[in-house]
Amino acid sequence: MKPPLITLLTLAPLLGAMVVGFGLAGNGRGAMARTVALGWQVAILVGALVLAVLFDAGTGAMQWVERAAWVPSLGVEYHVGLDGLGLVSILLAAAVPLLASLMSTGVDRGREALYYAMLLLLQCGLFGTFTAQNFFHWFLFWEISLVPAYVLVRLFGGSKAGPASFQFFVYTMVGSVAMLLGFLALYAATGSFDFSELARWGRSGRLGAALAEKLPWADGLASGDHLVWWVFGGVLLGFAVKVPLWPFHTWLPDTYTQAPTPVTMVLTGVMSKMGVYGLLRIVAPIFPEQLRGAQEILVVLALATILLPTLAAFAENDLKRVLAYSSINHLGYCLLAVFTVIPGTQGGNWMDLAGAPALNGLILQMLNHGLTAAALFAFVATLERRTGGVRDLDQFGGLRRVAPVFCGLMGISMFASIGLPGLNGFVSEFLIFKGVFAVAPGAASIAVLGLLTTAVFLLGAMKRMFHGPREREWLDFTDLTTRERIQLGAPVFLMLLLGVYPDLILRWTNPTVLLLAAGN
Amino acid sequence: MTWIATQIWLIPMLPLLAAGVIGLLPRRSDQPAMALAVGSMAGALVLSVLAFLFTLTHGGEEPARILTQFEWLRVGTAGAGVRLGFILDPLAAMMLVMVTFVGLLIFVFSAGYMAEDDNRARFFGFLSLFAAAMLGLVISNSLLLLFACWEVMGLASYLLIGFWFEKPSAAAAAKKAFIVTRIGDLGLFLGMLWLYRETGTLLFYDGGAGALEPGALAAMTTNRVTGTLTVATCISLLLFFGAVGKSGQVPLHVWLPDAMEGPTPVSALIHAATMVAAGVFLVARTFPLMAGGVDVPVQSGAGLALGVVATVGSVTAVFAALMAVAQTDIKRVLAYSTVSQLGYMFLGLGTGGVAVGMFHLITHAFFKALLFLGAGSVIHGCHHEQDIRRMGGLRRWMPLTFATYAIGMMALAGVPLFFSGFWSKDEILHAAWGWGPSRWPFILGAVGAFLTAFYMTRQMAEVFFGPHRGGDGGGDGDDHAAHAPATGVHESPRVMTVPLVLLAVSTLILGWLGTPAWPWFESYLSGHRHVPVAWDRLGHAIPLMVASTVIVALGIGLGWMLYGKRPRASATAADVMETRWPRIFAVLRDRFYVDEFYEATVVRAHRASSRVDRWLDRLVIGGLVLAAGALARALAFAVRMVDELLVNAGFDAGCGVMRWIGQGFSRIQNGGAQRYLGWLGMAMVVLTILVIWGWEGR
Repeated sequence: MKPPLITLLTLAPLLGAMVVGFGLAGNGRGAMARTVALGWQVAILVGALVLAVLFDAGTGAMQWVERAAWVPSLGVEYHVGLDGLGLVSILLAAAVPLLASLMSTGVDRGREALYYAMLLLLQCGLFGTFTAQNFFHWFLFWEISLVPAYVLVRLFGGSKAGPASFQFFVYTMVGSVAMLLGFLALYAATGSFDFSELARWGRSGRLGAALAEKLPWADGLASGDHLVWWVFGGVLLGFAVKVPLWPFHTWLPDTYTQAPTPVTMVLTGVMSKMGVYGLLRIVAPIFPEQLRGAQEILVVLALATILLPTLAAFAENDLKRVLAYSSINHLGYCLLAVFTVIPGTQGGNWMDLAGAPALNGLILQMLNHGLTAAALFAFVATLERRTGGVRDLDQFGGLRRVAPVFCGLMGISMFASIGLPGLNGFVSEFLIFKGVFAVAPGAASIAVLGLLTTAVFLLGAMKRMFHGPREREWLDFTDLTTRERIQLGAPVFLMLLLGVYPDLILRWTNPTVLLLAAGN
Repeated sequence: MTWIATQIWLIPMLPLLAAGVIGLLPRRSDQPAMALAVGSMAGALVLSVLAFLFTLTHGGEEPARILTQFEWLRVGTAGAGVRLGFILDPLAAMMLVMVTFVGLLIFVFSAGYMAEDDNRARFFGFLSLFAAAMLGLVISNSLLLLFACWEVMGLASYLLIGFWFEKPSAAAAAKKAFIVTRIGDLGLFLGMLWLYRETGTLLFYDGGAGALEPGALAAMTTNRVTGTLTVATCISLLLFFGAVGKSGQVPLHVWLPDAMEGPTPVSALIHAATMVAAGVFLVARTFPLMAGGVDVPVQSGAGLALGVVATVGSVTAVFAALMAVAQTDIKRVLAYSTVSQLGYMFLGLGTGGVAVGMFHLITHAFFKALLFLGAGSVIHGCHHEQDIRRMGGLRRWMPLTFATYAIGMMALAGVPLFFSGFWSKDEILHAAWGWGPSRWPFILGAVGAFLTAFYMTRQMAEVFFGPHRGGDGGGDGDDHAAHAPATGVHESPRVMTVPLVLLAVSTLILGWLGTPAWPWFESYLSGHRHVPVAWDRLGHAIPLMVASTVIVALGIGLGWMLYGKRPRASATAADVMETRWPRIFAVLRDRFYVDEFYEATVVRAHRASSRVDRWLDRLVIGGLVLAAGALARALAFAVRMVDELLVNAGFDAGCGVMRWIGQGFSRIQNGGAQRYLGWLGMAMVVLTILVIWGWEGR
């Protein structure tokens, strides 16, 4: 029997959370809790890297599949597996929380154990979400991840963390409930929770009929044909809130700003990818027709997601809010790829022209944005550590003179975010644009404006912080220590590496994309 | 020697490595940084010369094209990925030699110019990064690779313009340059996507399958978007929009003069000689596409795209020259002159083809680098004074700078025979004269030539002639200054003057490579190696040469009359033109209010929409969410009330009934054993009867 690698990887952080949360709670053991949690996370990262090394890049199919009946009467299975999309997500989920822990030096004394236990629990939820192939199982982890995130924002966040975390929790919860209802309806109609089984139903085009047949009572609400749209809408809402899709994004700037900055790294670096992952893994295969039918409105919303946040970011002064809006913008490109390219899955050389570039670009963009955004918030955490929490852009100036290394590395990350060739962001955005332009040139032409407006506000932020006369208040701002140089230099090095040699990732994603886009 | 043709990527790699190493060196390691930068550039120059010699000795009817390709992004089915590649052809080789030669001289010059800057190591790192990007761009055989280098160059330019970032004006200029050029880049990016969609490749040449080769071109020139507009034209115009941004053409010229906030060697290398010429190079590289076919004669004006190129170029040539007339900053005059000269190059490309435009690019690179470095030498000698009103009479103390600057000035102005600018500009005017569709480009070009001669004469007179006006703030009664340079104006050190001399010599030599009688340059580009001297071709060109000589003479004469004969008396005195035509002068000095116009429209609209959107997010959508939350809370309250008053009341009542029943049962269970047995017996009887009855019924 093959070792259940995925289960081990998923349970490892849960075990860690228990050890840290129950074993190391209490005053005076904070440092130990931190050390143990860090060690645990390093081990998890090593485990994920081992998976990456063992991963067979020759096939796009699921690997290390584990499948066992769980609640047979309900069609619930324990079914996990990992393909290129999952692997990239797993790597993010292994790396970003570790970096976040490294940056978490300002945790309230006496509550370290809770903090790190919650981070580990969150990681467990992420691993489960990115590997599960059965809705029930998947949904369990999807919800599990929400709880520690809420606790981290609520208990360790800024002065207005209460309302922000409440909004975050309720908003996400509403989306989840809508999605759950949708899947219950799907189960009623098809008798299955299995993603690939549901995808077969979706492709066959009989989903609407099945729903109408099995849920006749719903005719009072909507006729059979409409019912599938309600189901689609409910499932989509769950992901639209998570990514987020405009106009379901207003929870995000508040939450990202109020969360402790290392937690923001995880929220933007990994949790926002859950939504994109779900769109690609769940919505696209099960609802191809509905995506096609709603394409126009969805593309307009995706364009709004790309462009409007860059405007709002320009008007903000809080560095975290600026970067939060920038996050929305970057994931907007992923949404655009899903909404324009997937509905065009037909005929000719669609695959080489649009499908493969856009979907590879999308997965790469998940990784790239996770890396860059997490790094940028790590720089914010470093900044806050020195300024006592000050991050108002107007209060800085000339930092580059007093802290050249800090500004240099952060500047590289900013330019990665702007999409400068040679750095990671450009590759994925180019691939997405190439694919989108092939099927929807109009939408692509509007979306490129986002590349300009992003540069405008990020360069503006850099000018206000790094350049101009030195602010007297920060004359004793110390540059990065050697340890910080290593911690922050590592992601910057990865940005360069992935910008020059993206094949490192593409060789995992491309076979998966070929399978996904062809409908298995 | 032929190995260089396939190892051409080494040329940009050398400065790139230098930049990387300098980036990792400790901050104060000036000497190693300088050595690395200059050394890598010298190495690149040697390799470039080798590559150039290779192209000289290879190729026949068709120019030699050595290609090296590789697959960069393996996406899609096998072989469908994104490929990049390098190319060595005469166009690339020529640019390589120019960039490395001028670049090396400017690197050396910088060693002197930046001697007192405490951040020198970084400066040389950025310069090397720039050189790597420019050299990479030149040898790209892929529009994607070209675009990547183009953007990295933009980054290097941003870093170098804002090198003195503590100065708010420098920080603002850097940001402005990046953003304005990025507006153009959007066009280039879209053009690239479209080209990819149409041809399935971004390689220029690929053994018949490239985007610039007949197969792809034929498809693009026959497919129409609407009416007479072909796909090729649309893509060309999008690409050209990128060139407009990078080369500072109208209407995206506003960033280039502000870019003079950077150190002067940067202005010389990046904002005069090389990077801004990348736009011109892009049009030259994609010329078959721009022309709308491989063998379309340019003079026929075929192709809307080239017509637009010629029009934008000629308008910019005059527009920028007009602004140059009224500037007082020595570098800004040169900056506007650069914008204007780039316009000439586009005019040449649009009306005369690749050779005409590229010849001016090459000659201009040398003499404009010379002028900028000369200006740098002047600024250095005058202790960082840049205002020409505070200079004057410098020829006495800076003879070498004066002599070389004069050569550059005459080349730029187009003084006949010995100066390269004359020959290259004449070629352009000649092509414009013969252009079918319209006479306007020629007229604008001629007006621009007059203005160029005029403003350069004005600058020469203000800087090098007349009394010295520096030192005491330009007050009255400084007639002593003419006798004693109390301000300590001095000639620059050798490390700075030697590059000036070398550039001046090149300026004098280069012109002879492209005369009408011996058009070696044009032949070289098209692959012909042996070029006979043909005096009769000279004969055809003579009338126009005479005409342009007259124009230049008029410009210089008027300039000398206004500024040379009666030199400015003091730094604060009004300009001669200002006293005669105050209103016109003000408009020119304030750059036609283009910046103000953008500020009042685009920038303001962006700012306003940002505020609106923030408001929308925070109040409207956020408010809706909060309202929904409040509604939910109200609903919850209502439900609770219902629970309390109805359900709970009913529950309580139900509980009462249950309790009553329970009490009834509990009365039965009173603990009396006999009564239990009694009940048991009775139950047994009933059950037995039931069972028997049931049995019977079966």
